[in-house]
Amino acid sequence: MLFLMRFSRHALTRLFCRGGVRRLFGASSMVWVAICSPWHAAWAKNGPVRGVSTQNAIAQNGAKRLQACTTCHGAGEAATVGRSANEMYFPRIAGKPAAYLYNQLLHFRDGRRHYGLMVGLVEHQSDAALQDMARYFAQLDLPYPEPQPLAAGMTQTQLLRGRQLALRGDARVALPACVSCHGAALLGVEPAMPGLLGLPRDYIAGQIGAWQTGMRRAFAPDCMAQVAKKLSPEDVSAVAAWLSMQIVPAASRAEPAPLSSARSRTASLNHVSKPVRSSSAAGASVQPTAATLTCAE
Amino acid sequence: MMQAWPSIQGLRSKAAWALAAAIGLGLGAFGLLVASELIAYRAVFTRAEGQNDLKNELRVAQGAYLAKLGNCAACHSSRGGAPFAGGKAIHTPFGAVFASNITPDRLHGIGNWSADAFYRALHHGVSADGRLLTPAFPYPNYTQISRADSDALYAYFQYGVSAVAQPNQPSELRFPFNTQLALAAWRVLFFTPREVEIAPDSIASRAVLERDEIEKDVKSEAPSKLGQGFTRSPENGSERDAEGALWLRGRYLVNGLAHCSACHAARNVLGAADSSGLFAGALMPMQDWYAPSLHDPKQAGVQHWPRQQVVALLKNGVTEGASALGPMAEVVAKSTQHWRDEDLQATAAYLQRLPLQSLREIKPEAPSPQALAHGGALYVQHCATCHGQQGQGMQQLDAWGQQGVVQIPSLAGNRAVSLPSSANLVRIILAGGYAPSTAGNPKPYGMPPFVHVLTDTDIAAVTTYIRASWGNTAAPVSASEVVAHRRGVLQ
Repeated sequence: MLFLMRFSRHALTRLFCRGGVRRLFGASSMVWVAICSPWHAAWAKNGPVRGVSTQNAIAQNGAKRLQACTTCHGAGEAATVGRSANEMYFPRIAGKPAAYLYNQLLHFRDGRRHYGLMVGLVEHQSDAALQDMARYFAQLDLPYPEPQPLAAGMTQTQLLRGRQLALRGDARVALPACVSCHGAALLGVEPAMPGLLGLPRDYIAGQIGAWQTGMRRAFAPDCMAQVAKKLSPEDVSAVAAWLSMQIVPAASRAEPAPLSSARSRTASLNHVSKPVRSSSAAGASVQPTAATLTCAE
Repeated sequence: MMQAWPSIQGLRSKAAWALAAAIGLGLGAFGLLVASELIAYRAVFTRAEGQNDLKNELRVAQGAYLAKLGNCAACHSSRGGAPFAGGKAIHTPFGAVFASNITPDRLHGIGNWSADAFYRALHHGVSADGRLLTPAFPYPNYTQISRADSDALYAYFQYGVSAVAQPNQPSELRFPFNTQLALAAWRVLFFTPREVEIAPDSIASRAVLERDEIEKDVKSEAPSKLGQGFTRSPENGSERDAEGALWLRGRYLVNGLAHCSACHAARNVLGAADSSGLFAGALMPMQDWYAPSLHDPKQAGVQHWPRQQVVALLKNGVTEGASALGPMAEVVAKSTQHWRDEDLQATAAYLQRLPLQSLREIKPEAPSPQALAHGGALYVQHCATCHGQQGQGMQQLDAWGQQGVVQIPSLAGNRAVSLPSSANLVRIILAGGYAPSTAGNPKPYGMPPFVHVLTDTDIAAVTTYIRASWGNTAAPVSASEVVAHRRGVLQ
């Protein structure tokens, strides 16, 4: 709980960028650019950021039109829009970064994620329709429910292991910490990196497992696939348990996109799936193809 | 089951001998026909002379449109896979077959097929290497495609599609259905290749003929008659002729490329369309959706609709009183929303002239008061906010709504609610669904899934209530029906 607040991003960077680990997931902004850009590209190519009046329209019109989503992603019988029922499997979608939600809808429609109900719902929807769905849920600002109670049989050692993986990673296997991509407060980073708090334990474990087996894929470079394959089954349950029992602070939105990604965002509007990666501090832009982009930098 | 051999006395009877002889002759004839099916087709790979005529942009473009008409991608493109590279499983009551690779790859696709081989595959259901194809590939419909259209499709699949080296997956049909012998027997019993007058019915042939006619007209003095296309009104101005031409084209499309009977026909135990007709409606095997009858105005017959409403349903996916959900959503999304208006008009003309056939009216059993009370309470709690307290649906627009497009369908008087089979209603409540996103309805409303919210008894009660309210008079739904459909949803 307070552990998160103690570790400023700067402190984490120093903790993290030691020795060989620096090469893997240094907290430099360039890496954020490299990682975030592919997902942002898919989002950005479909249109500019909308103005306030359109945002209001989205909020007004979405509620009824998108009630299809709340029987699963809402909470309990009242189905408050966007709240996740932690005792179930379905993840929270309210307040998640819009590009992340949009990408997941694309993945379900185009075969990179497999969940029968979701596939059946989105399989004949256009990109624009999916974008509107994503925008609607991204602009919701709803309180988080109480965290899940501790799983039976979970020991303090396992929880400490989960905390270590989340905050510091595992240098022995060159495993980056969750905070290195998902935000210092684990609440996500705009535009396309989701938060990890307030999710059901089984959902987190299920998704990591899906990445391990290839049942879930992301746009190239699929960094989570590499990360997931380094986790043992005990690690997966430890980190899922620790994440799911964290209390989410009251004001909890995803971090804004890192500063240097402004250039990448502009470039991404023009070049689909060719994210910019600054190759030097001077900022000379290179335009690699997606195939040459890697998670390590 | 073998019957007991006739007794000595019976054997002496002439009638018994005659019967045995007749059976023997019949079996022998059948066996001969099956054998002839097996040996009739040899491998044909050599490309014919003049085939490179097909490699032109016009043909490829025509073929691309015909592939949309025939919805080839629905089977031959798997989700997230390369276009037309195959791999998608088609589940039949006899096992699963996997759609083949029809890209121009020379090893795994049809890259070394000739145009003759391609036409033979459509017309006779035989692969280029002489193998008989399973009728999961709907060649009983595609046999009616003209040679000119087949050539255009061939041009598209050879020159308009990228080659993908994806191997074909062997089928998982059970013995004996996986044998060529079984296929030959099936074909003898149920399949006859049909020749269709080519004439100006087909797009490709029309374009070719018009080009030829223009050339001929230029050269000769007298204009020829063939050039008067069937979709233009003849100069003597008979609307009936134009409507007749539209009907002919509609028949060609519906029975051929669009292969509507592949779903809408009732199938016998061997998977062939049975005698009730090509559009009599049936529960689709394995998919467990009910494809409604196109003859019956109480199911999906459109004989009494305005022509434009039929066109709107196929083009937009929704219209007053109907929306395309389940497997029909795929048909609209991948195929009919891309059709040209003239083809939609032709299809509507044909469907509106299908003979009217209604099921015999059977008074349904009265629903139990407990089911109605329970269903009514559930309806108010879960359904009324969208579908209305009186099942009237929601027609108002919002800022996203498309002008004149139905937003949330009404349940009162809704034909899909009162079908003889409860499958569609139960499945849509269980799994939810969106109408397809089309140009005319780009951001459809969605029906939420209730599979984890409502129990089988709940769903039986609420569907019974809906089917018995606001003028609906359909049979109640039992919990055991819901159990069967729930299994299909969660697969």
